[in-house]
Amino acid sequence: MVTLTAPEAPTLGALAETAMAVDLAGSPVRELNQALHVAVDGQSWTVTSPGGKHSLAVGITADIQVTIQGHAGYYAAGMHQKGDVTINGNAGVGLAENIMSGRVHVTGDASQSAAATGHGGLVVIDGNASARCGISMKGVDIVVGGNIGHMSAFMAQAGRLVVCGDAGEALGDSIYEARIYVKGTVASLGADCVEKPLRDEHLAELGELLAAAGRTENPADFKRYGSARNLYHFNVDNSTAY
Amino acid sequence: MCGIAALQLRNPLLHPRMGSLLSSMLCQIVDRGPDSAGLAVYNTPGLVSPGTSTLSLLGRDQGIPLDAITRELEKLLPASAAAAVQVVGDTTLVSAAVGTDLLVKAVSETLPGSTIIGRGEHVAVMKSVGHPMEIAAEHGLEAMAGSQGLSHTRMATESAVTAGGSHPFSVADDLCLVHNGSFSNHATVRRDLKREGVVFDSENDTEVGARYVASRLQQGDTLEEALVNLGKVLDGFYTLVVTTADSMAVVRDLIACKPAIIAETDDYVAMASEYRALAALPGIENARIFEPEPGKVYTWSL
Repeated sequence: MVTLTAPEAPTLGALAETAMAVDLAGSPVRELNQALHVAVDGQSWTVTSPGGKHSLAVGITADIQVTIQGHAGYYAAGMHQKGDVTINGNAGVGLAENIMSGRVHVTGDASQSAAATGHGGLVVIDGNASARCGISMKGVDIVVGGNIGHMSAFMAQAGRLVVCGDAGEALGDSIYEARIYVKGTVASLGADCVEKPLRDEHLAELGELLAAAGRTENPADFKRYGSARNLYHFNVDNSTAY
Repeated sequence: MCGIAALQLRNPLLHPRMGSLLSSMLCQIVDRGPDSAGLAVYNTPGLVSPGTSTLSLLGRDQGIPLDAITRELEKLLPASAAAAVQVVGDTTLVSAAVGTDLLVKAVSETLPGSTIIGRGEHVAVMKSVGHPMEIAAEHGLEAMAGSQGLSHTRMATESAVTAGGSHPFSVADDLCLVHNGSFSNHATVRRDLKREGVVFDSENDTEVGARYVASRLQQGDTLEEALVNLGKVLDGFYTLVVTTADSMAVVRDLIACKPAIIAETDDYVAMASEYRALAALPGIENARIFEPEPGKVYTWSL
């Protein structure tokens, strides 16, 4: 059973004021997630002893604050719809996968496919993100304090990816309309991804994203990358190649 | 999938806890591959001893009684060899104070149908089909001491679910290799190695990787060079852990499809498929935890 610190039979109003605590050393992840799914706006939850367990705090639909004290396993905060999830540690594969809105913050590193297919919201990773960060992103904003791995923003369709460190090979391969900002080096750009001018509107946009992530980097130090839009069109010259 | 758990203990004070730590790592990765499992333990008292070669044979029943095996070996080996045979779980261990080549020859004559799954002065290898935690319990992993250990829970993809297809593959003295993933061109590399005279025990793709590494080491490669060369020759997606008498290495393919996470402290280096396997290790809260970079070979020596 999930151990709630709330008083017995609280009213909704009282619940919203109460800090809730779950220790995963003694209760299953399924019960944590079920409790979070019926949580009400304004609640503050703390999860201890996560021990790298999978699928922590997935599918949250209320405006709540969830703090995970330690390292999370695969698919933490997946399908996130509302509220804030903070992981004070590292996150495994598929962090905030398919996030719709709200905010997910990891103070350590994130493994592969962070924020994959995210439709909206903000994902902040203070440390490094591994390969395929933001793969097929569809509107999510991602701010990474450290480096990102190879094939990040592959087939990215919308949203913004900000990297304060370096990017690995094939950044933005087959990218559509997402915008990528990188402060450090880029090992290589993927197909149809090109460097683009950093205009005033981009500096403003980047400044807002950095501020939202609690970062102090200067937007002018970044380079912008995006789609050359060559892959939108069938090239008749290639028709005989098949 | 498949799950890997590997532990090298830098602090000798932890040696008595090697088996219990490895067992705690293993139970967290069972979900990744519950069909069979294998274990390799190094410098475990009671299983191996200095100055003595030990062969690990697949299966507990070699077709003739243990004392008959011992008598046959004594006829083939020098009197000073002090041949000994014991069954541990689903594995038969044969030891003698002679070089491994001589012991392999004697065992092959005595037990022509046997499959050698481990050899060397330092390593004992144990494999079986079934639930990995039951396999670990049958072999008494929890109580084993040692300097390093390696375990693998298998979800078979490239060959049948048999004990012979379980990892680790140990094909040269004190060398073990475990693999999460698959090699797509293993048949081609197998043919090439066979032309060089290499003999195979199974149809498993991982055995090709192990035989390749052993072949490179025999040709003078360091462990790191052998794994760099493996990356050039074997196609596929993989995370590999290789151990020798005193080293441990981790490498992932260039795409890094398969997960891997490493924790390092002054007391140990531990590698697993997922963090949760590392979560119960002592001092993990202060460990340096990182994912190995794709294509980069990491090595640690005792």
